Amino acid sequence: MSQTNHVPVNAASPNGGENTEPILEGRALEKFYAQPDGARIEVISPTSIKIMPGKILALLGPSGCGKSTLLRMLTGLSRPSAGEVFWHGRPLSDEPPNVGIVFQSFALFPWLTVLQNVEAPLEARGVAPGERRQRAVRILDAVGLDGFENAYPKELSGGMKQRVGFARALVIEPEVLFMDEPFSALDVLTAETLRGELLELWDDKKIPTRAIFIVTHNIEEAVVLADRVIVLASNPARIREDFEITLAQPRSRKSEPFESLVDHIYRVLTQPDVQHEMPADVKTASPQPAVAAVLPRYLMLPHVRAGGVAGLLEILVDHGGREDLHRISHQLLLESDDLLPIVDACVLLGFATVEKGDAEVTELGRAFAAADIQQRKTIFRDAALAHVPLLQQINSALQAKADGTMLLDFFHDLLDEHFSDDEVRRQLDTAVHWGRYAELFDYDAETGRLSRTLP
Amino acid sequence: MKPEPFLHYPSILRGITERIRWQSSWLADISVFVGLLAILYALFASGRIWFAPFTPVANISSSPRALPLYAAYSLVRIAVAYILSLLFALAYGFAAAKSERAAKVMLPLLDILQSIPVLSFLPGVMLAMVALFPGRQLGIELGSILLIFTGQAWNIAFSFYASLKGIPRELDEAARLYRFSPWQRFTELEVPFGAIGLVWNSMMSVAGGWFFLMACEMFVLGERDFRLPGLGSYLQVAAGAGDTRSILWGLAAMIAVIVLLDQLVWRPAIAWSDKFKFESVEGAVPQSFVLKILRRSGVLAAFYRVAINPLEERITQAFAEKKIAAREGTPEPENKLKKLAGRALGIAALAALAWLAYRALASIAHLGGRELLFLTRDAALTFLRVNASLMLGALWAVPVGVWIGTTPRVARIAQPLVQIAASVPATALFPVLLLLLIRAGGGMGLAAMALMLLGTQWYILFNVIAGAMAIPTDLKEASSVFRFHRWERWRRLILPAIFPYLVTGMLTASGGAWNASIVAEYFNFQGKTLSVRGLGAAISRATNAGNLPVLLAATIVMSLIVVTVNRTLWQRLYVLAATRYKLET
Repeated sequence: MSQTNHVPVNAASPNGGENTEPILEGRALEKFYAQPDGARIEVISPTSIKIMPGKILALLGPSGCGKSTLLRMLTGLSRPSAGEVFWHGRPLSDEPPNVGIVFQSFALFPWLTVLQNVEAPLEARGVAPGERRQRAVRILDAVGLDGFENAYPKELSGGMKQRVGFARALVIEPEVLFMDEPFSALDVLTAETLRGELLELWDDKKIPTRAIFIVTHNIEEAVVLADRVIVLASNPARIREDFEITLAQPRSRKSEPFESLVDHIYRVLTQPDVQHEMPADVKTASPQPAVAAVLPRYLMLPHVRAGGVAGLLEILVDHGGREDLHRISHQLLLESDDLLPIVDACVLLGFATVEKGDAEVTELGRAFAAADIQQRKTIFRDAALAHVPLLQQINSALQAKADGTMLLDFFHDLLDEHFSDDEVRRQLDTAVHWGRYAELFDYDAETGRLSRTLP
Repeated sequence: MKPEPFLHYPSILRGITERIRWQSSWLADISVFVGLLAILYALFASGRIWFAPFTPVANISSSPRALPLYAAYSLVRIAVAYILSLLFALAYGFAAAKSERAAKVMLPLLDILQSIPVLSFLPGVMLAMVALFPGRQLGIELGSILLIFTGQAWNIAFSFYASLKGIPRELDEAARLYRFSPWQRFTELEVPFGAIGLVWNSMMSVAGGWFFLMACEMFVLGERDFRLPGLGSYLQVAAGAGDTRSILWGLAAMIAVIVLLDQLVWRPAIAWSDKFKFESVEGAVPQSFVLKILRRSGVLAAFYRVAINPLEERITQAFAEKKIAAREGTPEPENKLKKLAGRALGIAALAALAWLAYRALASIAHLGGRELLFLTRDAALTFLRVNASLMLGALWAVPVGVWIGTTPRVARIAQPLVQIAASVPATALFPVLLLLLIRAGGGMGLAAMALMLLGTQWYILFNVIAGAMAIPTDLKEASSVFRFHRWERWRRLILPAIFPYLVTGMLTASGGAWNASIVAEYFNFQGKTLSVRGLGAAISRATNAGNLPVLLAATIVMSLIVVTVNRTLWQRLYVLAATRYKLET
């Protein structure tokens, strides 16, 4: 490829114009779970995604927002509740797509050698042993694993395992390479190396794949790799923003446009319901309708511990009360995915506000950060009772009962019209943790009972 | 350029290692050859008696010289039964895991089958098999094999089902996305993932198999006496004759067989199955000398290269092509017909089952109130006996197990001994123990308890040792730092820590004791029948008398008790063990 740093930013790649047909297209994909009473819990709102040739598309969003489910629907591993996926214009049910997946957990077969793992997809396609071996060895060579053909996965480091994962996905010469958080189980340095190598293979056309679709919660990763980024908002998942990145490769993380893009995505993720202005050199791919259609929903607790809230507030105070979130995540080596729920919790409790990707401590937040353990609990209790409906409900129920105890399951029924089963359990876990920390109530895991804390 | 692996290796040394490698491969080949010869001989010898004319009462020699052959006969029975069990378990587990609807019937059925005392099957199975092959020894041999099968198959099937259900989601997705054929999925994902569970459950099942084999090599059905040549019958005959020398020889042979089986089969199997461990880091790898020999054998390697591998390749290819063809071709038209036929078959099977159940109930209905009253009393007596023997077992096995488990020096010596003691089937020792007790002047009531204890205590001891060894060192240190008294130490640390293991041991022991009661409460010995009142005795007596209604009723009562106790007591303790007393690692 002749691409260099000086290629104009907006140049469309030769095979990637708007007129080309998408390789894979999901139309109005939806996922919902039917409740016994006939109600539906919507996990993914109707979402349309086109995978165009010659592009790296990143799907970005907080964990648990439904990114992986979307990927599984697009690959045919999971059936959408409504909507349909088309492979070269034909429904997926007619023809299985020629795609490979790189999994977060590598998903290698531990009892097969590296070579056997890579040969397995070819074996499934009835490729003869000789040719199979040849193709597997060639692709292992390309990902830098020659010499490891007869090793077992458990003998390899995480980075090398994921190389095997890449080799296995690429050996069938997939038209689209899907990646589900491929680097998030690796340490920072290894992840960076692998990302660089992937881009090199892709830019030099060393891998026989026409498009890449990567699911990630790592903002920088998306901006480093992708030609186009789709940002999802959660609960239910819906496309919040969809734009192209035309910065030339390789991209420098220190460059001004790079940073402003990352900042922008932070803003979108921290305040998904506000319309944000795009940075100058970004064009929106397909304008999405303004997200006014957010349904009034039961408040969702971010799954963080009280200690995390206190920690973030202390850092903000140390930084003079206001700081760029992107910078905080960088300094703490915290992934955005770990940081954002803590920010959400601070905002929810009225300890901080977020604006344009910056977090600012409120007076209450300052007081909380400065307080000792007992005072913190008092402040936390007042804030939680003021802002968290679930804790209000639990508290008033416990106050109303003569014996001051309730089964936790009672609140399970209350939440399950709003959330999926797993999410209900996580919501209750978090509520129990917050309630215990605030000394609102105690919980006995064995009997499953909440009881009012004695004053 | 790749570095040459032998670059830094002096050529003289290379020559020596080459020679050693060559020699050891040569030795390995001879060992493999000798092993094959032994197996062939055992099969041939067994085949000869299987197809011989029907001789229900074999003449059992009491000479130690007959022992190798008898051991071979018993081994072949066990082996054939095990192979049948394995095939059944794979098919049953697979079918239950593939269809949620089938699982709704198949799993409870498995649970019930597991709780039916195996020896209750004895008369039905034996008489049917003898009738099926009149005039040949084959019938009675197959009968004993089927009986062992019923003692082995269920828990292997359950283990395979559980591991199929536990396949990690992303591995399953990889197999689906890359369009594995059912065969490739089975051989590259499902069986490997279940392999470790299969090996461990096979070991346990075969140990259980010995228990029943010993009992069913020599038994009485009504007027008819049955005797198969084997280790079990040898021991019974020797004990019946009070022949101490033969008894000792028989026990020695029994232990030798079990140790050999452990070294030649189970250890290699465990070492081999280690590669199926689903964990990303390398840990301590179990070693087996025999496996090393097998791996080093040039003959086996050549056999694999020439015969197995191409065959494997061809099957995989055929399945892949079939799958591709199925995708490209139109959906099969006879699908509907197939479905209909399947449904008809299912209905027919259900109808047959319902009819049999009806007949069974009808025959029980003929029993008078008096007989049912007797059965209830018998059940209560056996219930007391089983639980008393469990308590006795726990009473000595817990302190001894903790002592062994917390003293590494003792554990090193005691553990293999306990392992051997535990694997000697209690039924093989019954006649010997009975002889001793009678000589010492004890009654049959005491003997029955002792016999049950014999069958159950090892499970408890075994698990307690494992539990005591798993107590984390930091907790032990903490309890010394806090200067816990002996009692405090037991109450705060040891008992909670071994609790999950103790529950596992007691659960297994409880099932074993119920099964043992059938043999322990009623025994044909030295031409007489020794018995005490109890449900096990009721089953044995009904078996001997050919009284089907009583046999059925007693069996149902026993299964009901076992299931109820499991559900109400053990399952709850299990949950408690898994939640409160689980040591997080």
